[in-house]
Amino acid sequence: MKVLVEGRAQGTVLKSEMPINFLGAVDKKTGVITDRNHDLYGKSVGGAILVFPSGAGSSVGAYTIYALKSGGAAPAGMICREADLTVATGCAVAGIPLHILDPDKFASIRTGQHLVLGAD
Amino acid sequence: MHLEESEEAALAGEHGEIMQMAYRILVATGEASDAERLIPIRWAHLSGVNYNTIGGAGEEFLRSISSKGAKVRVRTTLNPMGFDADSVERYGLGDEFVSGQASIANSYEAMGVTQSFSCIPYEVFEMPRGEQVAFAESNAAIYANSFAGARTNKESAFSALASAITGKSPYSDLRREGEEEGAASNVTVRMSAKEPDELTYGMLGYFAGREAGGASSVDISGVSASAMDRRQCKAMCGGMGTSGTCAKFRFVKEGDGDARGGGSGDRPETVEFDDDAARKVRDELGTAENGDVIALGSPQLGLWEMSDLLERLRGRSFKKRCMVFCPRAVKEQARKLDYVRGLERAGCEVLADCCTCLSPLLGSDKVDAVTTNSIKGAFYMNNASGVGVDLKPLSKILEDETE
Repeated sequence: MKVLVEGRAQGTVLKSEMPINFLGAVDKKTGVITDRNHDLYGKSVGGAILVFPSGAGSSVGAYTIYALKSGGAAPAGMICREADLTVATGCAVAGIPLHILDPDKFASIRTGQHLVLGAD
Repeated sequence: MHLEESEEAALAGEHGEIMQMAYRILVATGEASDAERLIPIRWAHLSGVNYNTIGGAGEEFLRSISSKGAKVRVRTTLNPMGFDADSVERYGLGDEFVSGQASIANSYEAMGVTQSFSCIPYEVFEMPRGEQVAFAESNAAIYANSFAGARTNKESAFSALASAITGKSPYSDLRREGEEEGAASNVTVRMSAKEPDELTYGMLGYFAGREAGGASSVDISGVSASAMDRRQCKAMCGGMGTSGTCAKFRFVKEGDGDARGGGSGDRPETVEFDDDAARKVRDELGTAENGDVIALGSPQLGLWEMSDLLERLRGRSFKKRCMVFCPRAVKEQARKLDYVRGLERAGCEVLADCCTCLSPLLGSDKVDAVTTNSIKGAFYMNNASGVGVDLKPLSKILEDETE
């Protein structure tokens, strides 16, 4: 496990098996996934521990993460399997804890589970 | 990642709030890319310019850091914004958008950023071969690494901004000398789609970016760079930047990938991009039968594409509106060469400073569907703008939509 952005967060897991392009696929005001081809289509990421393989696509997605936080619609924390710069820096500026997990651990997480990040 | 004493001090806040934020971003970038140290870069290209993409929160963020004295330390250029100031009043955009966009441009100007408003810095400026740069625009980062011999991460808007402010970037795999050391992907995509045009290459890029998963590069076999024209290269970079995390593709001969082995020592997987795979991408992103308007330029068109378009029109005119997006520098040159007048006579609206992707000029309040040859444009219009997309190569657009 690797902690890319430190901090404490807890919430209910919302897990995707697909990468997320934060610019194209997430509404920056509501946190709802707008990409019809995405497995989280129609769901809101707000307040969740968002678990997904990695970010993808636009570099501007980092601003989307910041905007979600400013508007109160951001995930409480994020967990990825692979690190990418858009998610890492978006979380760094927004102050959202971000962990990178090994594939086995990543695979064992389920939607609906309660998780605490940054506990000692 | 190891930081030097002065860098540690900046991270601790001893050089002010802006530097502290910039170093926090660089540390997250370095950890995410497994870099051991920071190195100097000579050019940063920023994304996060269009008010449509960064919104009020982004506008306030930029206003705040520029008012606190943020300045760029290296040459810094930037991505397109939401409209062309020459013609914005003709498009009926709301005051909020126009003033928000102006504020963003002012903040960047106050920081010392060159107002290039282009997603093709590689065609507007001379590319420094072999040099370290920090390009946030995804198609430009992929183009720089794959075709132009420069080195960059697939920077995020914030990592490029931090690099502009500090003049540094983490020394990641992608930045290292020697292709074999860094950035080896575990996936080779074999191109076997028949009679490819620029749309096919856009789809190949989109497909390859997705197949590569979280990798930083992907190998392509079955085609060589010399067999592709520039329009096809740009389309491929645009497609790949949209779907993946890849910052680079490299052309390999068939079988090379098997011998080399992937980054983790696993046997690399070969995935076929054939006519069937192309059809699937087309079905996913081609969501309309007909467009109300044609949009060309995602990535923006270079001068040579403006000249080519005019030549191929040969006196014919578009039957419906055709919006042509290019950088300001290209529009100025095209005006001097009389291309702009020729294109306008053929029914085109030539727009500088903005782009097909996420321009409010192509919002769902303005149009139901758009005809384009851009996979990148198609993805963002479908998902972010809520507009249908009729996908066609340029040759077919010219055949169907002109008279």
